[in-house]
Amino acid sequence: MKLSAKIYTGIILAFLFAPIVVMLIYSFNEAKSLSVYSGFSLRWYKELLRDRNTLNAVKNTLILAFSAMAISTIMGTAAAVGINKIRRRWYRTVMNTVTDIPMTNPDIITGISLMLMFVFMGRLFGAANSLSFWTMLIAHVTFCLPYVILQVLPKLQQMDDSLREAAMDLGCPPFKAFIKAELPEIMPGIITGAIMAFTMSLDDFVISHFTAGAGFETLPIRIYSMTKKTVTPEMYALATIIFFVTMSLLIISNLVDNDDNRRLKESKKKQKEK
Amino acid sequence: MKKKLNPYAGAMAPYTLWAALFILVPLAFIAYYAFTDNDFRFTTEHFVRFFTAKSTITEGGVDREVYTYLLIFWRSLKLAIISTAICLLLGYPVAYIMSRAQEQTQKLLMTLIMIPMWMNFLIRTYAWMTILQDKGIFNNLIGLLNLGPVHIIGTETAVIIGMVYDYFPYMVLPLYSIMAKMDEKLLEAARDLGCGSLSVLRRVVFPLSLPGVISGITMVLIPSISTFYISQKLGNGKFFLIGDAIEGQYVANNLHFAAAMAFILMVILLAAMTLVKYITTRYVYGGEQ
Repeated sequence: MKLSAKIYTGIILAFLFAPIVVMLIYSFNEAKSLSVYSGFSLRWYKELLRDRNTLNAVKNTLILAFSAMAISTIMGTAAAVGINKIRRRWYRTVMNTVTDIPMTNPDIITGISLMLMFVFMGRLFGAANSLSFWTMLIAHVTFCLPYVILQVLPKLQQMDDSLREAAMDLGCPPFKAFIKAELPEIMPGIITGAIMAFTMSLDDFVISHFTAGAGFETLPIRIYSMTKKTVTPEMYALATIIFFVTMSLLIISNLVDNDDNRRLKESKKKQKEK
Repeated sequence: MKKKLNPYAGAMAPYTLWAALFILVPLAFIAYYAFTDNDFRFTTEHFVRFFTAKSTITEGGVDREVYTYLLIFWRSLKLAIISTAICLLLGYPVAYIMSRAQEQTQKLLMTLIMIPMWMNFLIRTYAWMTILQDKGIFNNLIGLLNLGPVHIIGTETAVIIGMVYDYFPYMVLPLYSIMAKMDEKLLEAARDLGCGSLSVLRRVVFPLSLPGVISGITMVLIPSISTFYISQKLGNGKFFLIGDAIEGQYVANNLHFAAAMAFILMVILLAAMTLVKYITTRYVYGGEQ
């Protein structure tokens, strides 16, 4: 790389990392300030552990993220298997377009549209408050599904169909053939999709904001209400923890993916040698 | 022989049902709410309100009457376009440098550019607020160099900085993935045939990277035009954007008017996307595809 390119990349990275560095440093601030640093302390991490509401929000977020991940991974994988076999072109286009909608639509539109439907249904059945954990779960599954499908579909397309046929020729019933022959092949895609769904759910604010029930507070919603008042470094301590959890998850998913790609390359090489 | 139920259609059925119920039907509800009043009778009053509502703002001690929502919409469009342009100008060289670096460096830079996206959006924005404040970190730092404090927070510049920061990776990603596939031999050939660096960039690199440019633009423009929170925090609530207006109506429980604004936003984005798609197929792929 040329020197000028290095300097330019450096400046851009400095811009990208400025808020992260600020967050890291001030989460260890002794004082209550977010702009004057007065010394290293773990005070805010301790306060965080005593903050009942925040801990409860952590629990809620995890329950929601795990449920959304489980449902969207199973439903999304099944959907990908089905979409992969569609032969009619218009049908495939329709399915792909619909799958793209939650990803290309602005979050605020997805959030508003689901909220309106929930409120309307609630009125129809005479419920006073129609937004709850369940509406949020539906919303999260909805925006996680496309990510799972788009991770699994390419793996299915790369796969050799003769594997499943061979299993069936050897007397495997179709479903067992899928479990034994296809599933292990597409597993890396499923795992990456599941992790993506989990992190998307963990991090989502906008859609949750519109579909959340009064009694169910997730972390991003808690952070939102925290930033409406005076913010203490406790919020940064919280953010630092979330940041490192998300980062380790994504590193794991990267490793899974890299491993799979390497395996693929090697098997292709072997085939060529034969 | 009896026709068996296709197992693949069966595997897809739950998703098909889910997508219909929770992707398509909700979108229809936006239109339904947008065109009805509180008793669900047909009305266009929300659209009339959007296009005609007026309010007075005070600018430099002078009162001025403006169209409330048209001004908000215009401002969203303006700030989103400026932010997208800045993202493109800053991101294009980054993507190019990355795509020409060694493989290991490419991977490292990619990860580094993605990292900020792993921090919660609200906190990223809030951190910028503490950096840009009048007595904040930025002003303290330039104070050490004896440079005067600059007032950024609460201006349109602050909102633009926030948008550029939040959506920058969405620009670099598609640009990079197109440029990484570009054959180095093409660039060499152009140089051998006497092209200067700028000329190579203009005649070879740029035309080849156009699909990436277009998807980068849409990926930044859509979230930045519909964002809320950024302007509430970095603009001190002075620069209401269309997202803030929709959220405000939702909080105030004016669901029908919120739906009408969401509907307008949706229609305009749809029109913009169709236009972009038309231009791409017509001029980039030469009418094919």
